Amino acid sequence: MIRDKRAEYLTALALVGPFVLIYGVLFVWPTIQMIMLSFTNAPLIGPGEWVGFDNYLKILSHRLFHNATWNTVYFVLLTVVPNTLISLAIAMAVNRLSGWKQGFVMACFFLPYILPVSVVYLTWNWIIDVQYGLVQYLVRPFNGGEPLSLTRTIPFFMPTVAVVTIWWTLGFNVLLFIAGLRNISPEIYEAAALDDAGRWRQFTRITWPLIWPVTALVLTIQLIAQLKIFDQVYLFSIGGRQDPTIVMVQYIYKLAFQQNKGGEGAAAATILFAVIIILSVLQYQALRARGAK
Amino acid sequence: MSVEALSRPAPHAAARARGDRLIDLGGLVLTALTFVFALMAIFPIYWAVVTSFKSETEVIASGISLWPQRFNTEAYEHIWRNTNIGMWYINSLITSLVITAGVIVSSAGCAYALSQLEFPGRRLIYILILACFMVPMQALIINHFVLMAQFKLLNTWAGIILPQLIVPVTIIVYKQFFDSVPKEFREAAQMDNAGHFKILFRIYLPMNWGITSALAIITFIGAWNSFLWPFLAATGEATMTVPVGITQVKDAYGIVYARLMASAVMAGLPVAVLYLLFQRRVTQAIMLSAGVKG
Repeated sequence: MIRDKRAEYLTALALVGPFVLIYGVLFVWPTIQMIMLSFTNAPLIGPGEWVGFDNYLKILSHRLFHNATWNTVYFVLLTVVPNTLISLAIAMAVNRLSGWKQGFVMACFFLPYILPVSVVYLTWNWIIDVQYGLVQYLVRPFNGGEPLSLTRTIPFFMPTVAVVTIWWTLGFNVLLFIAGLRNISPEIYEAAALDDAGRWRQFTRITWPLIWPVTALVLTIQLIAQLKIFDQVYLFSIGGRQDPTIVMVQYIYKLAFQQNKGGEGAAAATILFAVIIILSVLQYQALRARGAK
Repeated sequence: MSVEALSRPAPHAAARARGDRLIDLGGLVLTALTFVFALMAIFPIYWAVVTSFKSETEVIASGISLWPQRFNTEAYEHIWRNTNIGMWYINSLITSLVITAGVIVSSAGCAYALSQLEFPGRRLIYILILACFMVPMQALIINHFVLMAQFKLLNTWAGIILPQLIVPVTIIVYKQFFDSVPKEFREAAQMDNAGHFKILFRIYLPMNWGITSALAIITFIGAWNSFLWPFLAATGEATMTVPVGITQVKDAYGIVYARLMASAVMAGLPVAVLYLLFQRRVTQAIMLSAGVKG
């Protein structure tokens, strides 16, 4: 019996081992190193001296840090709620179809989500091209007949990237909403129809309250995902002025990889790390509280 | 919302019949609108593909031509000859396949142990996995880079692969599935003196073949698509993956959108095909990973 137990421990160790090893070396260790690095004046690669909270104080007064914080928040505002509402509308529209119609429509909305970010970037960069892009047919009438670069004109940069991001990622949200809509019992709608409740009333009295848990999930998943935004913002800013549209991860990238300030970059990374962990814990608590009800 | 208002049935019983006909009309309009929006959503992809088959002169000709005047594969031939896209393809394929295999095998093993075995530290490991879920990998780029530099793995396949092996959600999904396999299967196999490895590979994995293939497909798609880490870890053209390579190498002169679109089509094709072939599996795996039972 004791030998059995020991054999079971050893088997468990062999099975859990690979993941625990990967986890320790590539997650726990880099996290500790990041926090340590943030208290030194080290370059990206190489030793440095202990400087206490200097890096934090320095970047908190950095204008670029304020830019990055504001732009990240701005991007969240531009994407999270609009994307959720559009996705819910699309999910309801897709859900009332059936057969090949549903499959076709769903594939159209979902296919962009499956593509790599660089494909999304190249495609839209062509569509909004200042000389030959299709979007210029829409832009010119509003700009006195002149073409306008949507990514080089700073006020249009974030809204443009936000629209592209919503187009790219809404398929994921639509999928979650459809799963949620299918869980609402059709009998509730039948009862409502007997009471002559119109579509709008059915939506406000039945669909919206019953789908709310999914809506909350979609909102929080996106909030956390968009705080980590880098790829699209970086790609669309290639060749232009990057500082006015910089976002948080891009700021970390710039400090550490372009300016070789490993310590300051790690301090910025630690701040982002902490913010996202706190939000995730709050999200987890909220979801658990809902589950317990 | 005007469509909704139009289709609202009249409240009086006398008007019921007329109301029903209005509902049908409203429904048809709604269906038509849904199709219009769906076609708008897919249009950018269509436009990219069509552009890639045009000649560079047709691309910049005025007017909108929704179909190439003459099908032209010059753009594809050009990028094949003048960029390292063949090498990027090999890099992408190898790194994505190794990541997929590594994630699936390590997750299945770990999930089996967490689900079926009693051992000290089991709860701690499960809590750590849940915690790992919340961590923004983007915040760790600096120290992943430093670590890979210390291991001398920058600009290698291993350097691209290693930090992408942490996918805690596959363990959580696997554990849920393994938890629901009736214990009798395992006990019967143990009576026949089968070891845990044999039970995992002969019973638990084959019984959950559907979810294994679904998780493998989305892990592959995720690995193929990943941008930030391969972008940092591969600084030379020789080790770039396709999604990174196509954004880094551009013809220095003129407008060459047919070529850029050809490179975009090449980069998107493998994952688009995987999705279209395995739609159900892909959507199932994505829903399970988000914690929603589909």
